[in-house]
Amino acid sequence: MSNRSELTRFFNCYILRDNKIIREDLWMRDGKIENPEHIFYVEQLKPTRNINCNNVLIAPGFIDIQINGGWGIDFSYDCDNVEKGIEKVATELLAHGVTSFCPTMVTSSKEKYAKILPKIKKSQGGRHGATVLGVHLEGPFISLAKKGAHLDEYIRTPDKGLESIAEVYGSLDNVVIVTLAPELPGATKAIKELTDLGIKVALGHSTASLAQGEEAVKNGANLITHLFNAMLPFHHRDPGLVGLLASTTKRQVHYGIISDGLHTHPAALRIACRTNPEGLILVSDAVAAQGLQDGKYRIGPQSVTVKDGCAYVTGTDTLCGSTAGLDDCVINFKQSIDCSLEYALQVASLHPAQALGIDNKKGKLNYGYDADLVFLHLETLKVQSTWIAGECVYSIS
Amino acid sequence: MRLIILEDADIVADWAARFVLQRVTQFAPGPDKRFVLGLPTGGTPLGMYRKLIQFYKEGKISFKYVTTFNMDEYVGLPRDHPESYHYYMWNEFFKHVDIDPAQAHVLDGNAPDLVAECARFERLIQEAGGVHLFIGGIGPDGHIAFNEPGSSLVSRTRVKTLAYDTLEANKRFFGNDISKVPRQALTVGVGTVMDAKEVMILITGVHKALALAKAVEEGVNHMWTVSAFQQHPQTLFVCDEAATLELRVKTVKYFKALSEEHQRMIEDAPVQAQRVLH
Repeated sequence: MSNRSELTRFFNCYILRDNKIIREDLWMRDGKIENPEHIFYVEQLKPTRNINCNNVLIAPGFIDIQINGGWGIDFSYDCDNVEKGIEKVATELLAHGVTSFCPTMVTSSKEKYAKILPKIKKSQGGRHGATVLGVHLEGPFISLAKKGAHLDEYIRTPDKGLESIAEVYGSLDNVVIVTLAPELPGATKAIKELTDLGIKVALGHSTASLAQGEEAVKNGANLITHLFNAMLPFHHRDPGLVGLLASTTKRQVHYGIISDGLHTHPAALRIACRTNPEGLILVSDAVAAQGLQDGKYRIGPQSVTVKDGCAYVTGTDTLCGSTAGLDDCVINFKQSIDCSLEYALQVASLHPAQALGIDNKKGKLNYGYDADLVFLHLETLKVQSTWIAGECVYSIS
Repeated sequence: MRLIILEDADIVADWAARFVLQRVTQFAPGPDKRFVLGLPTGGTPLGMYRKLIQFYKEGKISFKYVTTFNMDEYVGLPRDHPESYHYYMWNEFFKHVDIDPAQAHVLDGNAPDLVAECARFERLIQEAGGVHLFIGGIGPDGHIAFNEPGSSLVSRTRVKTLAYDTLEANKRFFGNDISKVPRQALTVGVGTVMDAKEVMILITGVHKALALAKAVEEGVNHMWTVSAFQQHPQTLFVCDEAATLELRVKTVKYFKALSEEHQRMIEDAPVQAQRVLH
């Protein structure tokens, strides 16, 4: 139990700070990371709790901005007990070092949105589970040609911009990200209106040309959903949405990548990463089957078969999301592109925080930031414990 | 005055740390009997701090009942600036040991009233019962703390304007831009250090050789402020071979011949008994 105003010092640890892993103590109090030098000289206090970390690596807690469910729960389908489902996944995520996430709903019927969306409230995490940052709505304003695992019958166009969107979703209070296809009629207007509301717009499930993508970015879009998947493949005369990575638009565009080792070839990962390292975000895009054995499950209104750890639309070979945890994605990613450990951790923490505009309090171990932490084994990178707002919410032992 | 000549800077660091260990251990500090230590910053004492941290980790020494006073601090430099002495002391020493933050005193170069801050520091030293052991380094021009050449040898803690040589020497820490080097500092006076029961001055490197010669072979001179310590009843200069290059052969031979005796005295004898040997 952490008392208020308890001053905790983690020692014997490595921490990720200012883009480097350094051997340094980490101090925290009241759920925030503290500046020990200030406390020493100005407040003249000693830590009330010293925790020997046995050489673990402390990184900012992982942030998953695209996760459809897990442990048998499908956020888009199970509408009878939404809160319980969210809580179940939020709790399980702690073991994967995830301290905040955006529950993601795929293309669904209007009725589902009405039933589910109001019940997924933004909430501060703790022992009961990871922080819910808000909902990521992926579809239904997407391209039929790039629907992936989304169902035809619910796909539509945002003809009247926000009006059309609100008509399908209902209240947007709990929403932080909307993935849409920018080439659809009314999409530009919708992007502008959504971003005016503070909602981030991600481009995906789309056949957009680069010009259409750039127009969307100029109007406020700042994300690309699962790069390479469900979009036009790179073409040298019109590189499409992939081209946004090297576009001359002034804004930094972030892009989600599923690095479960299946959705994106390691070489494609490296191309993206070398072209635009600052924009890369690891997402799990995990489905209900995450954490479950091979078998049949639901993703939205569809049946999903998990075989050898891969999720397919039942009876097809269409990939429909991953079953990997974000912690495994980090390990996979590091192996795939042979990047620095610092970078592999930042793509799952700092970058998503930046994309959501919350990098003033999450995604770093700077003074004053939320004490959302993941303790990793220095070599295997396996999660040892997870902390939210200074409280230990998961421990391997 | 004693001069301990050791092989190189590493051995000086090790020796100095052992000396502190021995002094603190012999004093046996407690809640009502604190050991008061004066501390320097800079490159020379760095090795000593690292060794002391090692001793602390090995359980050989505790700083729980040690009170410290730092010699100096720049004026107007943010406390968390990498060149500030607060930053140095926190990162190189304080954060690694069990010192009581309320008993680790560093002059505040950002105090609204600098004169009052200096007076407060002197008062704190007095209230602590004076300094048992003041450790110092020196500059190539023989300055101790920021007591630049020409400083009064009976000076107390005060604001000092830095000599051009010092600015020049320090600019490498400020992006080689002399305009960024703070022009003033708060420093203990020569008199403040002279009041300490015991003083240990660390001198390493060939660039300090002239200063060492001036300190020990010539008369007391306010142009080489460290020379004042010739008149201190219990001062120890600890140097490496490189720093002796400007000394006379006879000086070096004399002190080297005494070194075994010094060593033994320091290791075994109570501090009081050591006062007879100069």
